[in-house]
Amino acid sequence: MRLAITGVRKAFDGVHALCGVSFDLRAGEVHALVGENGAGKSTLIKILTGAHRPDTGTITVEGQSATHLTPALARELGIAAIYQQPALFPHLSVAENLAIALEAASPWQRVHWRARRARAKALLHDLDAPIDPDQPVGGLSMPEQQLVEIAKAVGADARVLLMDEPTASLTHRETTRLFEVIRRLCARGVAIVYISHRLAEVFALADRVTVLRDGEVVATRDRSTLSTDELIRLMVGRALEHTGPTAAPLASAAVALQLDGISSREAGLRSVSLQVRRGEIVGIAGLVGAGRTELAETIFGLRRLDGGTLRVKGDVVRPASPRDAIASGIAYLPEDRLRHGVIGDMSVAANTTLASLGRVSKAGLIDRGLESRTSDEYVARFRIKTPDRSTPVAALSGGNQQKVALARWLATAPAVLIVDEPTQGVDVGSKAEIHARLRQLAGDGLAILMISSELPEILAVSDRILVMRRGEIVGELQRAEATEEGILALALPDASASPAGPSLAASRPS
Amino acid sequence: MLTRYRSEISVGVALLLLCAVLAVRAPAYFHGDNLVDILMSSLPVLVIGIGMTLVMLVGEIDISVASVFAIAGVLAGSLATWQVPLIIAFVSAPLAGALLGAFNGMLVARFRIPSIVATLATMVALRDALRWVTQGAWVQNLPPGFQWLGLPQGAYPAAAAAVVLALVGMSVLALAYLAAGRQVFATGSNPEAARLAGIDVPRLKFWLFVLAGGLTGTAALLNAVRFNQIPGNAGLGLEMKVIAAVLVGGTSVTGGRGSIAGTVLGVVLLGAIGPALTFLGASPYWERAIQGAIILTAVAFDARRTHRASVSHSVVARSQRAAT
Repeated sequence: MRLAITGVRKAFDGVHALCGVSFDLRAGEVHALVGENGAGKSTLIKILTGAHRPDTGTITVEGQSATHLTPALARELGIAAIYQQPALFPHLSVAENLAIALEAASPWQRVHWRARRARAKALLHDLDAPIDPDQPVGGLSMPEQQLVEIAKAVGADARVLLMDEPTASLTHRETTRLFEVIRRLCARGVAIVYISHRLAEVFALADRVTVLRDGEVVATRDRSTLSTDELIRLMVGRALEHTGPTAAPLASAAVALQLDGISSREAGLRSVSLQVRRGEIVGIAGLVGAGRTELAETIFGLRRLDGGTLRVKGDVVRPASPRDAIASGIAYLPEDRLRHGVIGDMSVAANTTLASLGRVSKAGLIDRGLESRTSDEYVARFRIKTPDRSTPVAALSGGNQQKVALARWLATAPAVLIVDEPTQGVDVGSKAEIHARLRQLAGDGLAILMISSELPEILAVSDRILVMRRGEIVGELQRAEATEEGILALALPDASASPAGPSLAASRPS
Repeated sequence: MLTRYRSEISVGVALLLLCAVLAVRAPAYFHGDNLVDILMSSLPVLVIGIGMTLVMLVGEIDISVASVFAIAGVLAGSLATWQVPLIIAFVSAPLAGALLGAFNGMLVARFRIPSIVATLATMVALRDALRWVTQGAWVQNLPPGFQWLGLPQGAYPAAAAAVVLALVGMSVLALAYLAAGRQVFATGSNPEAARLAGIDVPRLKFWLFVLAGGLTGTAALLNAVRFNQIPGNAGLGLEMKVIAAVLVGGTSVTGGRGSIAGTVLGVVLLGAIGPALTFLGASPYWERAIQGAIILTAVAFDARRTHRASVSHSVVARSQRAAT
C-alpha cells in the first residue's frame, strides 16, 4: 500500500466537504477519482498535498501515519500534484523551472548552469519529451508544459502523482501521448490518482475507480467490473434520462442560418457552407485547430470575413462586431465560461440582461422591475440554483453559471444560437439538464449550432453532424447513421482512430 | 446588503469619528467660514473624482487630469481677458477638457496604449506645452464678470455646490439606470466577456475619457473663478489627491467595483483632515503622512475584500451544492 487515508472529514464554515472518506492507493496503479463538481475531489487532493488540514482522520504514507500533511512534508513523502493549468514561470527557461522545484533554494548558492541544463535534459529525455531545456516555458505548448510539470515530479522522485484534469486543454493526440507517459510511470511503480470528468479517459486508463458524491465515497471498484451507465448512476445517484431528439424537425422548416462559401484568412476558414433550420440542432465535430471555434467567431463578428455570404432568416448580414451579430439575431455562448461567458462580480440578474439591456429599458433607462422579472423567469425556467437574483454569479456552481450564460443569450431573443463546448467543466447532472434545455429550445423553434469535442454529446444532442478539418467542412452525417468511428474517420487527417476513447479534442491550445 | 457598502460605511465611520474628535477638541472647526473653505477647496477634487471613478471602474486611469485642469483654467481666463464674451470663456474650460480627454481616449481606445502610460505622456507633454505657451506667466487682470461666474460672492459657494451636487446625482443615476452604466461595471469586471456580450468596449472607454476630461475642465472653471489670477502651474499634484480619494472611497484599482458615493466620502474625508490638523494644533506637516496612511488602509481593505470575495463565493457554492 503506497498511501491510505481513513475516516477523513473536512468542513468549511460548517459545510461538509468530506464526511469520513477512506481511500487507498497501491504502487503502480492508476486510481481514478470521479464525481460531480463539489463532490469533494479537489478537497481530497488538497488534503493529500498538505494545502488543507483535515478535521479528523489519518493519512498513512508508506506505513507512516499522520493526522495531516504540510506541503513540505508531502513533498518529502514523494507526493506531487499536476493541475489543469501548469503552474510554471513563463519567462524562465525549462531548466530554470525544473531547478526551482528541484534544487535546494538558498539565496547565496552558486548556480551550476551546466549541471542544471544536463539534469533538465536527462529528465526530459527520460520522458521522451523533445523539449529544449533552454527554451522559455512561455513559448511551450500546453502539453509540453504539462510534460515539464511531470518532469518536475519525476525529478523530485515522486512516488504518488495526483493529476487533476490533466487533459482539459489537450487534444486527442496529446492525450494519447500523456497516457503513454502515465503508463510508463506506473510501470516504474509510481502510484497515480487521476481526476477527470471524461469518463472515456477513466475507462481507458484507470485500474480502479473511486466515486465520490457529496463528500462521501460511494464505491471503489475495479474498472473491469464497471460499465459507463453504472458509473454515471453511482456519480449522480440516479439514472440519467437520455435526451435525444424528440421528433425530427421538418425538412421544410425555414432556414434560420445559411452560410455560402464563407472564408476568412484570419480564422483559417475555406469556403464553409452550411445551413441550420428552425428547430434543428446541428453539431460540429472536429479536432482542435479544425476551425470550429473560429467558424463560430467569424459568424459572431469576432473575426474578419473575407468572402461568402451569411444569411440570418434569409437576410444577408455581415457582422463586424458581436454587437452587429446580436442585432442580426445571432447569439454565441463561448467556450471559456469564466473568461468569456459570465461576469463573476455581477449579479445573476445583471448577467442575464447584459446583452439585451435595450429590451429591459424604457426611455433609455433600465427598468429594474422588468429586469427582475426577466431574470426570475429564466431562474425558474432553467432551474438555476441561486439564493436570489442579486447573488454574484461567481458564487454559483459551474453548471448554474453556464445556465446564467445561456439565459443571457436567450434574453436577446436570437434566431440562431451557437454554443461552444456547452458542458465543458460541468458536472454530469447539470450536463444532462443543459442538453435537455437545448433540445427544448430547438423544439421551440430556435436554430442551434453546437460545437463539442465530446462525441457522445454530439451524438446524443444533434439532429445532423458536420465534421470540420483544417478550416473546411469535410463531411455531413445524419443522426441515424452517425457513429463515433464514422466521425473520427472524417476528422482525423490520417483516419487513424486512437484507443483513448471518444474524447476527440478539448479547448483551443492557448 | 451592509457588506456591499462596506467601504462606503467604513469611510463614513472614519469621517464621523473625525467630527466627534473635532467637536470635543476644536469646536471652532465647525464654524461656517471654515466649512465653506473646506467645501470650496474640495469641490474641484470631487468633480474630477467623478470622472476618475468612471475611468477607474472600467479598469483604466487618467493621471493627466492636473495638466488638463491647468490648461482649461488658463484658457478660460485668457479668453476672458481677451474680451471674448464671458459665456464663451466659461464654456471653453469643459470643452477644452473634453477635447484633451478625447485625445487620451483615442490613445487608449484606438491605439490600445495602456492608460497609465498614455496619460503619463499627456500629463508631462501638456504641462510643458502650457509652460511654453504662457512662458510661466499667470493670467491676470481678469474682467470683473469672470470672478464668481458673475454671481455675488456670497451666493457663489451655494451655486457651485448645487452644480456639483447635480453632477454627483446625475452620475449616480447614470451608473444605476443607464445601460452604459451597467456596461461600465461589466467592462471593468471582465472586458473580454463584456465584448462578447456586445459591448463596444473601446467606444465606451473613449467616451469615459472624454467625460473625465470635460469634468476636469468644469472643475478648473469652478476653481479659477475663485481667484483674481490664474497660475500656469495650477493643480500640481492634483491627480494624486483625486486618485487617493477615489481609492479611499472603495473603488477597486483593477476596475469593476466602486461607487460615486464612496468617492464623495473619500474626497470629504481627505479634504477635511488637513484643516482638522491645524485646528487640533498638530503640525500641518503630518497631513500627507496621515493621508498616506488612510490610502494604504483603503487599498489594503480592497486587497483583502478581493481575496475574501473569492473565498466566500466558493463557500456559498459548496453550501448550495450540499443543500441540493
